[in-house]
Amino acid sequence: MRKHMTSFIQSFGLARLIILGFFLFLCASAIMFKLDFAELLSSSLVRIGMNGVLVLAMVPAISSGIGPNFGVSLGILTGLVGALIAIELRLNGYMAFVGAILFSLPFAAIVGYGYGWLLNRVKGSEMMLATFVGFSAVSVMKIGWLLLPFKSPEMAWPIGRGVRVTIALDNRQLSQLLNNTWSFNIGSVVIPTGLLLFFLLCCGAVWLFMRSKTGAAMYAAGDNPRFAEAAGINVDKHRMIGTMVSTILGAVGIIVYAQGFGFLQLYEGPMFMPFVAVAAILIGGASVKRASIAHVLIGTFLFQAILVVAMPVANVFTADMASMAEISRIIIQNGIIIYALTQTGGE
Amino acid sequence: MAEDYLLQMHGVGKSYYGTQVLKDIELALKPGEIHAIVGENGAGKSTLMNILFGMAVIHSTGGYEGEVLFAGQTADINSPQRAMELGIGMVHQEFMLLPNYTITENIKLNREVLKDNLVSRVLGEKLKSLDMQTMRADARRALDSLDMGIEEYVKVAGLPVGHMQFVEIARELDKTNIKLLVFDEPTAVLAESEAAHLLRAMERISQRGIAILFITHRLDEVMEVAHNITVLRDGRLVAQRAAADTNIYELAELMVGREVEKLSQRTDHSREDVLALRLRDFVVDMPGELVKGLDLDVRKGEILGIGGLAGQGKIGIANGVMGLYPCRGEVLVNDQPLPLNDTPASIRYKMAFLSEDRRGVGLLLDSSIEMNIIITAMQNQGQFLHQWGPISQLNSKAIRAHALKMIHDLDIRCTGPTQIVRRLSGGNQQKVCIARALALNPDVLFVSEPTRGIDVGAKRLVLETLVRLNETLGMTIVMTSSELAELRSVCDRIAIVSEGKIAGILRPDDSDVNFGLLMAGQKDRQGAASHA
Repeated sequence: MRKHMTSFIQSFGLARLIILGFFLFLCASAIMFKLDFAELLSSSLVRIGMNGVLVLAMVPAISSGIGPNFGVSLGILTGLVGALIAIELRLNGYMAFVGAILFSLPFAAIVGYGYGWLLNRVKGSEMMLATFVGFSAVSVMKIGWLLLPFKSPEMAWPIGRGVRVTIALDNRQLSQLLNNTWSFNIGSVVIPTGLLLFFLLCCGAVWLFMRSKTGAAMYAAGDNPRFAEAAGINVDKHRMIGTMVSTILGAVGIIVYAQGFGFLQLYEGPMFMPFVAVAAILIGGASVKRASIAHVLIGTFLFQAILVVAMPVANVFTADMASMAEISRIIIQNGIIIYALTQTGGE
Repeated sequence: MAEDYLLQMHGVGKSYYGTQVLKDIELALKPGEIHAIVGENGAGKSTLMNILFGMAVIHSTGGYEGEVLFAGQTADINSPQRAMELGIGMVHQEFMLLPNYTITENIKLNREVLKDNLVSRVLGEKLKSLDMQTMRADARRALDSLDMGIEEYVKVAGLPVGHMQFVEIARELDKTNIKLLVFDEPTAVLAESEAAHLLRAMERISQRGIAILFITHRLDEVMEVAHNITVLRDGRLVAQRAAADTNIYELAELMVGREVEKLSQRTDHSREDVLALRLRDFVVDMPGELVKGLDLDVRKGEILGIGGLAGQGKIGIANGVMGLYPCRGEVLVNDQPLPLNDTPASIRYKMAFLSEDRRGVGLLLDSSIEMNIIITAMQNQGQFLHQWGPISQLNSKAIRAHALKMIHDLDIRCTGPTQIVRRLSGGNQQKVCIARALALNPDVLFVSEPTRGIDVGAKRLVLETLVRLNETLGMTIVMTSSELAELRSVCDRIAIVSEGKIAGILRPDDSDVNFGLLMAGQKDRQGAASHA
């Protein structure tokens, strides 16, 4: 029995067990405090769908050997540019969504290529470089947002040049577009069918990609570069492909996220998004060397569900202090990120 | 009687995880004696020295058997510190020096001579200053005793390799209680004149009454300086001779000799004029295994062995041909020039490679057996794929079928084709590597150290598999191995590599003397050897 237990703990991972335990504790508290559990579940599902694709972007990055892609903000920025173009062209609804993705693809591919080239130059310390590339790209784009020649009154500053900090997507019927597609209720729980379906579709696509010739080569290049070289696989090239796919998924991910959120957040917005995605996949059981779709699903669920449930619970404890909501969110979110990063260990 | 000896070892043995690597070693050393220990790689020389020096590898794996007496007393040497206290010094093969310190500082490191100053009188021991003058004088004395002209205040960085070696020796000599010095292959990195200088220094040291254990495989050096010689082979003591009673040929024979068991009564089908591979002026820049302008012909259909001592370049050949390390020169495969430094091209020219670094280069340890078997063929030849234009998907059915066939044919012991390779034993991992090479349908198969880290029973299976491939498929096999016996049991011809070049090509049934001499780099004396 005891042996059974330890082998179960080993295969599931102690870190994940602790996180799962924490989640169950939060759920129990939520019920105890008589919080609206159906609503918590609904918003958990929404947040999972919204963040899922960004977490998925980590899979090709980790598999190809560049590690958790802290530079996925590059993809996020290109996705935002794509969305701005779609708004500028006055696209609506699904057209706007698809358009935003299509417009962002070439940018994401080019940026991903350059970023991959850069990462090939710093083998061994990719995570560090990625973090700083992410930060500086976001900062540089703050200037970019002011200079880009977007004219649509929906997003330009009323006075002067450039685009606003947050841009509402209501006018383009983009807000909650996927969330409301084919959504239905089970009791008082809302199932955002379209959103979840799109997320799963992306997962399926990545899964198929990882089973293609290129995907298999990429995996080998990431798992054991020396083996890959000996097997006639061009390691640098496949690392670049992995980086590009990750960047593209980042672009798609932010568009999915933005439609769920209802706003595009520019300037500071993308700064810390990579950390959320990295933390989620690590909690899901991925290491800095191995990641799978299952890690994405488990990790996104645990991370987002904890955030959703933890906040109202924390607010009950600190009921008198109105401003505690935001503070507790930051504490919980970054606490989970730190915890996840300390558990990367692996072999 | 016993008190005459400085060091005595009785029945010393060692096993790692049940594998006996050293057994029943007897050794006795008088003060002032130079005692050489010779043997091939893996003969147990290093293990013996690790025991003598109390290294952690020995004690963390269960200690050793037998008894070590130092100066007539049973010595329980359980740490290098203890060994140093007893007066055992070691000159390492790789230099343990701080490049940006001066020679004096290196010699005196952690044994500095201190003197009082104002602050230390008040605040104590820790703040004493260095007595540079005395330290310099000490260093000078140690260097002089080696007849070294170099200045003691020069920084170590930039010194010629030979001089660094002497700084190491000077450091050991400077220790006041030094009684026994161990030289671990000291001449391996030295040029000839430096080596000669070192041998002179060793003689001078021994005249001061310090005993020397000299580990080497250069037999001429042994004959030159050693008083007594111990030959190890496969972890056993083979012979002990006084230098006066033996000669270089006998030593070579003792070092190599063992009963060679032919695995199969195969006949050599190859013909001298049909070449599978032709190397001319082949240079490979593989760190530690440099190949320096080597010529080699591999006949179609033969099993060619490549032997030689570690570090001489035998490993570099296959790695160079497969494009894993930068190389230049001329390589003809079936009379076609091979593009160099291009692994996919080498695979396209129908060559496959089993790396000597099985776990590092040879396998995706965390992937399934079937993935390991098919990935090279899939990537390079498009096998095991469904292909629709640019879109491809793994053909799971074909992969599974092929993997099951291979598991059956090669008798890979596993729970199934999806088992992770890391969990397999060494022998079965090697079979997975062979299966991967076979998936490419190669004409030429390079096999490096195929039995390294594999237990005895499995060794035989792996070798038999190779012979079978050669006989049934007519595959040309180039097998590189440090174990001469293994080469002699399966190969048609054996090329011995020394200092990056082919020292000679022998038949497997040639005499032990010839093998021993070629391996020890005694190329010029080969003629003499055949008369001996």
